[in-house]
Amino acid sequence: MLTYTIRRLLTAIPTLIFISLIIFLLLDMAPGDPTAQLPLTIPPEVREQIRQSLGLGEPVHIRYLLWLKQMVWSEPVYYLSQSVDWISAPDEARLISWQTRAPVMDTILERLPQTLMVVGLAYVVGVLIALPIGIISAYKQYSVFDQAGTFVSMIGFSIPPFFSGVLMIILFTVMMPNDSFWWFPSIYDTTLVIDSWENFGKQVRQMVLPVMVLALQTTAQISRFMRASMLDNLNQDYVRTARAKGMTESVVVMKHVLRNSMIPVVTVIALGIPAIFGGAIITEQIFKVNGIGQLLIVSIQASDVPMVQTLTFIFAILIVFFNLIADILYGILDPRIRYD
Amino acid sequence: MKKLSALMGATALVACGTAALADGHEGERGRDGQLNIIYWQAPSTLNPYLSGGTKEVESASLVLESLGRFTDTGELVPWLAADIPTVENGGVSADLTSITWTLQDGVMWSDGTPLTANDAVFTWQYCTAEGGGCAQASYFDGVESVEAVDDQTIKITFDSPKPFPYTALVGAESPIIQAAQFADCLGAAAPTCVDANFGPIGTGPFVVTDFKANDVVQFSANENFRVDGQPAFETVLFKGGGDAASAARSVLETGEFDYAWNLQIDPTVLSDMESAGIGTVVTAFGTSVERLHLNQTNPSADLGDLRATEEGGPHPFLTNRTIGQAMSMAIDRGLLVEIGYGAGGQATCNVLPAPAVYASTANDACLTQDMAGAIALLDDAGIVDTDGDGIREFEGTPLVVSYQTSTNAVRQDAQALIKQWWSEIGIQADLRNIDASVFFGGDPASPDTFQKFFADVEMYTNNFAGVDPEAYMANWACSEWPSPESQWQGSNMQRFCDPAYDALIDDLASTAGIEARAEIVKQMNDMLMQSYSIIPLVHRGGVSAHANTLGGVKISDWDSELWNIAEWYRTGE
Amino acid sequence: MTDTSPAPGAAPSIDARDDAVARNQWWDVWDQFKTHKGAVMGACFFIFIVLAVYVGPWIWSIDPTYIDVRARNQGPTWAHPFGTDQLGRDMLARMMAGGQTSISVGLTAMGLALFLGTLVGVLAGYFKRIDGILMRLTDLFLALPLLPLLLVMVMLFRQPLSASFGPETGIFILIVIAIGITSWMPTARIVRGDVLALKEREFVLAARSIGTRPGKMILRHVLPNVMSPIMVSATLGIATAIITESALSFLGLGFPPDFPTWGRLLFDATDFMQQHPQRVMWPGLAISLTVLSVNYMGDGLRDALDPRIRGL
Repeated sequence: MLTYTIRRLLTAIPTLIFISLIIFLLLDMAPGDPTAQLPLTIPPEVREQIRQSLGLGEPVHIRYLLWLKQMVWSEPVYYLSQSVDWISAPDEARLISWQTRAPVMDTILERLPQTLMVVGLAYVVGVLIALPIGIISAYKQYSVFDQAGTFVSMIGFSIPPFFSGVLMIILFTVMMPNDSFWWFPSIYDTTLVIDSWENFGKQVRQMVLPVMVLALQTTAQISRFMRASMLDNLNQDYVRTARAKGMTESVVVMKHVLRNSMIPVVTVIALGIPAIFGGAIITEQIFKVNGIGQLLIVSIQASDVPMVQTLTFIFAILIVFFNLIADILYGILDPRIRYD
Repeated sequence: MKKLSALMGATALVACGTAALADGHEGERGRDGQLNIIYWQAPSTLNPYLSGGTKEVESASLVLESLGRFTDTGELVPWLAADIPTVENGGVSADLTSITWTLQDGVMWSDGTPLTANDAVFTWQYCTAEGGGCAQASYFDGVESVEAVDDQTIKITFDSPKPFPYTALVGAESPIIQAAQFADCLGAAAPTCVDANFGPIGTGPFVVTDFKANDVVQFSANENFRVDGQPAFETVLFKGGGDAASAARSVLETGEFDYAWNLQIDPTVLSDMESAGIGTVVTAFGTSVERLHLNQTNPSADLGDLRATEEGGPHPFLTNRTIGQAMSMAIDRGLLVEIGYGAGGQATCNVLPAPAVYASTANDACLTQDMAGAIALLDDAGIVDTDGDGIREFEGTPLVVSYQTSTNAVRQDAQALIKQWWSEIGIQADLRNIDASVFFGGDPASPDTFQKFFADVEMYTNNFAGVDPEAYMANWACSEWPSPESQWQGSNMQRFCDPAYDALIDDLASTAGIEARAEIVKQMNDMLMQSYSIIPLVHRGGVSAHANTLGGVKISDWDSELWNIAEWYRTGE
Repeated sequence: MTDTSPAPGAAPSIDARDDAVARNQWWDVWDQFKTHKGAVMGACFFIFIVLAVYVGPWIWSIDPTYIDVRARNQGPTWAHPFGTDQLGRDMLARMMAGGQTSISVGLTAMGLALFLGTLVGVLAGYFKRIDGILMRLTDLFLALPLLPLLLVMVMLFRQPLSASFGPETGIFILIVIAIGITSWMPTARIVRGDVLALKEREFVLAARSIGTRPGKMILRHVLPNVMSPIMVSATLGIATAIITESALSFLGLGFPPDFPTWGRLLFDATDFMQQHPQRVMWPGLAISLTVLSVNYMGDGLRDALDPRIRGL
C-alpha cells in the first residue's frame, strides 16, 4: 500500500501540470474579457490599454509558463519568506488578480475561513444526519421512516438552493418577528470577529440559514447512496451466516454490513470534500457569505483569468488528493482490494 | 449591528421622508453611529483609476474627492475648488484652451497633511503614465499639461479648444489622489501598491479602516474633514455581493441595511417590498437610454468573414426607413416601463433625453403605440405578405429578424413583448440572450459581442458620464464603425453613416455657448431618430432604496450616488 | 437454444417444461416489479406527467408564449387554472411546454451521463491497466470549471450544430451533451469503487476460473451487482439535469429566452415567491414529483433485477 501511495503521489505531479495546462487553454479560449464589466462610457482605446497592462499582449504559452512559475515557485517562496527569516522574498512579481490588482493568494486566504466554516460545517452536519438515516431506512425498508426519509430527501434534492435559500430568508428573516429567537440574519457579516461569547452566538446564528440549505442537499444525496448500498449487502449470504452463528443484530448490521456498504459512500464523501473548498456558489451568493464559491463566480464573470486559474488549480490538487485517500480507504474497508 | 434593534424601533416613528427634515440633524461628528450600505456587486479595489466599474467609483467616492461635482439636478458645483471657473470669471481662457482652478483654503488629507495643487498634477501624471492601464484615461483626453501655478492654483492646458472643459479632475470618476501615497505606483508599478489601492488616503468624509476585496469595506469618520459636524456617521459598513432582490429585501423588508444600490427588479415586487413601511425607493435620472439598434449592414452567416461589415453590403431590409419606423410605432413604451422599470424608467423617443436643455421634442409621436398606423405604413409602402405565412416580404426577403440582448430578467421580458408586437405587424423576431460578460466583453474571437453585432436587432443601455454630450454624439460618426480591421472596436454599433451628421460633429466641437451647442445636439439627435437605425425605448434611472431612518439622501445619476454622504444623518430615534 | 423445435413425438410434459424455460426472464422482472407498490405508483405517475405534457397541449391549446398584458400576475381562474406570469402568459400552457423540454433534457442527459459514468467506472475498476489513465481523466473533468467550459462549448459548437440539425434540435443536442459530459464523473468513481471490491468476490473468481471472458463477465456478473448505486445516480441525475438546464438557459447558453422549461419557470418565479406563491409551487412540485416517481421506479427496478429478491 505504501509503494502504491508513493507511486500515486509521484504520478500526481505530471497529472496536475497537464490539468493546469488544459484549464489555462480553456480559460484562454473562453469568450469574455476583463473589461466587459466596465461601464460603456469607457472608450475602446482605454480598454485596449487596460488589457495591455494586464499582460494580455503576450502569447499564450508565455503567459502559461509565467503563471506556472508564479504558482509553484514565487508564491510558496513568498509565504516561506514571511514565516522564516533566512529566506528572502522572491524578486519576481507575485500572482496578481486582474480584478482587484492585488495578489491572488491573499484574497483566497482571506476568503477560505468563511467557506470552511459554513460549507464545511454544512457538510459535516449533512453527513452526520445522512448516515443514520440511510442505515435505518435500509434496515427497515418500506417502513414509515423509510418512506418519509425518501420523500423528504428527494424533495430536498430536487429543490435547487436558489429557491430553498430565498424560502428560508422569507420564513426566518422577513416573516419572523425581529425579536423572536427564531429570527436569523439573511446577510452574513464577514467582519465579525469571534472574541466573546456574544459574538460567538452571533456567528452561530448567522451560519444557521446557509448551513441548513446546504446540509439539506448533502443529506439527501448521501443518505440515498447509504440506503442503496446497505440494501445490497443486507441480502448477502454472509449476513445470513453471521446471523446463523448467533451474532447480535447490532454487530451484524453495524460491523459487517455497514463496513461492506461504505465503499460507494466513501467515494461520494471523498468527492464532496474538494467541493467544500470550492464553496457553494449559489448559497454563498444568496446569503452573502463571501467565500471561495462567490469569489470564483465573480472572477469568472469578470474574466479574471489568474484568479480563476489559481482557484481551479487548487481545486484540482484537492480532487486528486482526496481521490487518492478514497482509494486507500477502499483497501482498508475491504482488504481484498489490492493495487500492487 | 447594535444599531439594528434601535433602528427597528425607530422605523415606526418616521412616516415619510419629509418629516425627517424637522429633526435636528446638526450636531457633532460621528453622532449617529453606524451606517450600513449594501451594493450587490462588491468593489474589487478602492482605486477608481485601476478599475472603472461603478461599484469601485462609488465606494471610493466616500474617500476621494474631485475639484467639482454634479449634484442631483446635474448642476456642477465646486467641491475641492473654491468656485467653478468660467469664461466670464476668467477661469477659462477666451480661446477655450485652458482652465484654471483654485483650491479651497485649508483642505486637509485624512493623514493631516494639506492638499496642494501638486496632488492634482500628480493625479494627471498617474493616470497618463505609460503601462498603467488607467481606466479613466478618457477624462484626460486632449489635456496637454496640468501645472501647479502655486500651491492653490491648478492650470490645465488643452491641445485644442475645449468648449466643455470640466472633465479632468471633475466628478467621481477622476478624483484627486495623494501624491505622497502613490508616488512609487506610477505606470506598470500600479498593482504593486496594494495597500494604497485598497486604502487610499483622501480628503472625503470617511477613511478606510478595512478592505476585503469583492466583499466588504469598513470606513470611519475622517477626523480632518473640512466641514464641522460632518459626517454624522461614525462608521460605515459597505457590504457587497448577492443579487438585487436580496439587497432590496435587506433594506425594505428586514431592515438589516440602510441603503441599497441599483435595484433593477420587477417593479411590482419592489413596490410590495416598499409597502412594508421600513424603507423608501428613490430614483435618479441621468442619460441612460435602453435602445434597439437596427443593423444597417448585412449580418447573414452566409457572408462568412464579411458579416456585418461595409464590404458585406447593406442590410436587406433594415436600411429601409419605413420598416424601422413601423417597428418603432408598434412598440408600447409605456407598457415596457410599467412592466420592467416602474419608477426607474420613462418612455422616451430620443437617444439623448437629458440634460433637459439638449432634449429634443421633435420625435415625441412615438410615445403612443400606433399599431394601425404601423400596419398602414407598411401596406402603403407595398411591404406586404405575399406568400400567406403571416410575415411580410420586402423585395422578396421575409421580414424575419434575429434579436439579441444580454441576459437580464427585465430585458428578456421586453424581448418577449416586442416580439409579440412585431408579430402583429407581420415581422417575426427570433430571440437570443447572451451572457453579459460575453456580450459586452468585446472579445474579437467571440461571435456574440455587441460590437460584432451578428444579428439584425440588438438591445442594451448606453449613456455618457457627466453632462456634456459632445463625445457621446460623436459615437455615430462614419469612422466609428466596428470592423475586423479595428479588431471590432468602435462605438457606432448599428453602422449608421451620414456625411451631414459628421459635419455636425465638427460644428459641435468648435461651438461654445450652451444654447448654440444645444441646437446642434438636438439636430443630431433628430437625424439619428429619423434614420430609424436606432429606436430608443426607455430613459432609465438609477433605482436605490434607503431606510426611512436615513435622512439627507439625494441620489444623483450624474455623479456618484453617494456624492453627498457627508450630509446623511439618522432621523428620529 | 429455444429455437430448437422439440423432437417429434416427444412427451407433452417436456413441451410444457420447454415453455417454462422459454419464458423470458424479463417477464420475471416484470412480475416482481408489479408487486412493488411504490414502483407501480411511481410508474403510473410518471406516465401521467409524460402524457400531461405531451398530450396536454392538444387539449389546452393556449400558446405558451402568447402575451396578454391585461391578464398579468393573475391567480388561478377558469381561464387560467394555474394563473398567469408577469407578462400575462398562461402558466398551465407554460408548464406543459416546459415539461416537454425538461423531461426530455433530464432523461437524455441523465442517460448519457449514466452511460459514460458506468462505462468509465466499469472499465477502470475491472481492467487495472487502464485504471490509472481513466481515473486521471476523471480527475481532469472534475477539476474543469463548468462555466468557462460551457461558454467555450457554446462558442465553438452552437452554430455548426444549429446549421446541421436546425436551431432547436441543435441546441437540444448541445445542452444534453454539455450536461452529460460534465456530470458523469461521480457515477464513474462510485461504480469503479464497487467494481474494485466485486472483482475480488468469490463468485467472480469462480466465474473467471471457468474461463468466462471479460466482456461476458462484466455484463453478466459485474453490472447487475452495481445496479443500485447506478439507480441512485440516475434519480439524482435527473434532478441535477433539470436544474442545470435552467441555469444554462438563464445564462443564455441554452434555449432562447422565451422558451419555457420547469427549471426556468421556478427560477423566474423565485422573486415573486411572496406575491404569487402558486407560481413557484407548480414548477417546484413538478420537478420534485417527477424525480420522486423516477426514484420509486428505480427502487422497484433494482429489486426486480436482483435475482436474490426475485427468487423469494
